[in-house]
Amino acid sequence: MLRLAVLLLVAFMTLPTVVVIAVSFNPTAILSFPPSGFSWRWYVNVLTYPQFQRAMWNSLVVTLGAVAVAMPVGTAAALALARGRRGTSLWSTVLLSPLVVPGVAAGLGFLILGAALGLLRSRVVLIAAHVALVLPFVVRSVWVSARNLDPTLERAAASLGATPWRAFRRVTLPLLRPGLVAALLFAVIVSLNEFVVSLFISTRLTEILPVAMFTYVVNYTDPTIAALSTLFIVVTFVVVWLADRFLDLGGVFLHHRG
Amino acid sequence: MARAVVELVGCTRDYAGVRAVADLDLTVHEGELLSLLGPSGCGKTTTLNLIAGFVPPTAGRVRIDGQDVTERPAHQRGLGMVFQSYALFPHLSVFENVAFGLRERRVPRADIERRVRAALALVRLDARAEHRPSQLSGGMQQRVALARALVYEPRVLLLDEPLAALDKKLREEMRSELREIQRSVGITTVFVTHDQAEALGLSDRIAVMRGGRIEQLGTPREIYERPATRFVAEFIGASSVLRGQATAVDRVRLPGGETVRVVGIDGLREGEAVELAIRPERVRVTGEAADNVVDARVVGVVYQGVQTEVTVEIGGGQRLLVFVPEPVPAALAAGQALRLHLPPTAFMRLNPAPGEAGR
Repeated sequence: MLRLAVLLLVAFMTLPTVVVIAVSFNPTAILSFPPSGFSWRWYVNVLTYPQFQRAMWNSLVVTLGAVAVAMPVGTAAALALARGRRGTSLWSTVLLSPLVVPGVAAGLGFLILGAALGLLRSRVVLIAAHVALVLPFVVRSVWVSARNLDPTLERAAASLGATPWRAFRRVTLPLLRPGLVAALLFAVIVSLNEFVVSLFISTRLTEILPVAMFTYVVNYTDPTIAALSTLFIVVTFVVVWLADRFLDLGGVFLHHRG
Repeated sequence: MARAVVELVGCTRDYAGVRAVADLDLTVHEGELLSLLGPSGCGKTTTLNLIAGFVPPTAGRVRIDGQDVTERPAHQRGLGMVFQSYALFPHLSVFENVAFGLRERRVPRADIERRVRAALALVRLDARAEHRPSQLSGGMQQRVALARALVYEPRVLLLDEPLAALDKKLREEMRSELREIQRSVGITTVFVTHDQAEALGLSDRIAVMRGGRIEQLGTPREIYERPATRFVAEFIGASSVLRGQATAVDRVRLPGGETVRVVGIDGLREGEAVELAIRPERVRVTGEAADNVVDARVVGVVYQGVQTEVTVEIGGGQRLLVFVPEPVPAALAAGQALRLHLPPTAFMRLNPAPGEAGR
């Protein structure tokens, strides 16, 4: 009885994904379920459609840029939060607040700022917005590891002759690794999937993949978008699976080990 | 006179307006093991951190080997330190933990191998080089920490309550092992502890600290047998305090009316009020009336196996602790009357502690 309930729940949760994957192989140019046959044509369409190619490149640049900024900044902030004594609750509220600001409000804010600074034609505003959006995830993940760090370890390293930078490199950083890997994965996934804020500040030339997909769906109703979604799901799943398999994340993403 | 290795000159350290160490002068000599002993909050750990360079003094200078290192950060002082929590690096093997200081000093690879092996042999952990610290027992981890601090032959070894996290039996084993290693290496050592037995058993000299100051500095025997203040007398070992009045240079009248003879206390002036301390193991239960024998009544009895700890009340309502060794002469019980012999050489005079002097 319980087993059946769990099965139904899992089916309910995965049903949309299953539908999208099935539809992506539909040979006809309509989004219908169940599919009437099997075809790779929409996958070919995804990879050859110029606007998708450009959007993939934009996604890559924006995500890499945002991660490159957010990781060091977020790590420093997390260490400060884990060690600081005064005002840490205020700071943690500030650093985590993007999670409670509606995407529409944030998007509008970045749009107005970007326009005022004349930067809307470049990807800078997108990168800046993504930094702000992924930072809470980075800070939160690293903070969990940083909180468990024994502060006397750095003192021990100093007593053994390590400069503050060497102590950070040889002791602190390796011990933060689980948090850093989790932070990196969160940042990449959140950035790649970001849509609402990016919609406000994208142009035809700078739009990232989710925005390009939305634009496509508004204009066309063939299974191309299902094929792209399937690719998205597969890539994300493989990345998370590899990370969980080969990096010790303590089961942050997939499962908990005894 | 042995060379001064560590010198603190007029060192003061404040934390947010609280004075942890107050105008402290301390010299640690070549090869000696000096303990900083005191209750928590007495400033002993802060003193160690001043030497290590983890905190700068608010005022005063720190010298090592005659060189002023006050402005030098911890990683440039070249000292070895063992922490109460061991502070081993959990992501590194035992070997790499011990090698850490050598790698920071850019010692050639072959030398590192040889010296780490030698250091691990010194603490009898050669077989555990490839283990992670978490796979070792507390005592082993502490020995790794010791090897890590000794391997690069530092000028001074700093020990911050290194035995406090171990259980009693292991602590006693580690105590003698630590002493043996310190002797064989001949390294100048500063040892922080709140455990008086540890300090008495390990130290060449003890600095008893209280309220950020050194209350008394001396050999374990001096500290135990001639405590300078009431605080030291009560913190190190057990002792009972008797108030009385000097009637001659070697006579003190106790409040109950008995007069006792005292030997070895200088400068007693007739008519002066004095505070004497006596160790409970020096007091003897006796049968006959003689010199320095007082009448007492048993108030409480605590059986401790090797001895029985008896609290008695003597004339004038003063209480005295007496350790009666086995075999206990007769069944001791509360309310029983006893005669106690207070040997003339057993008395210690307590100078009024600083701040308690009625000036």
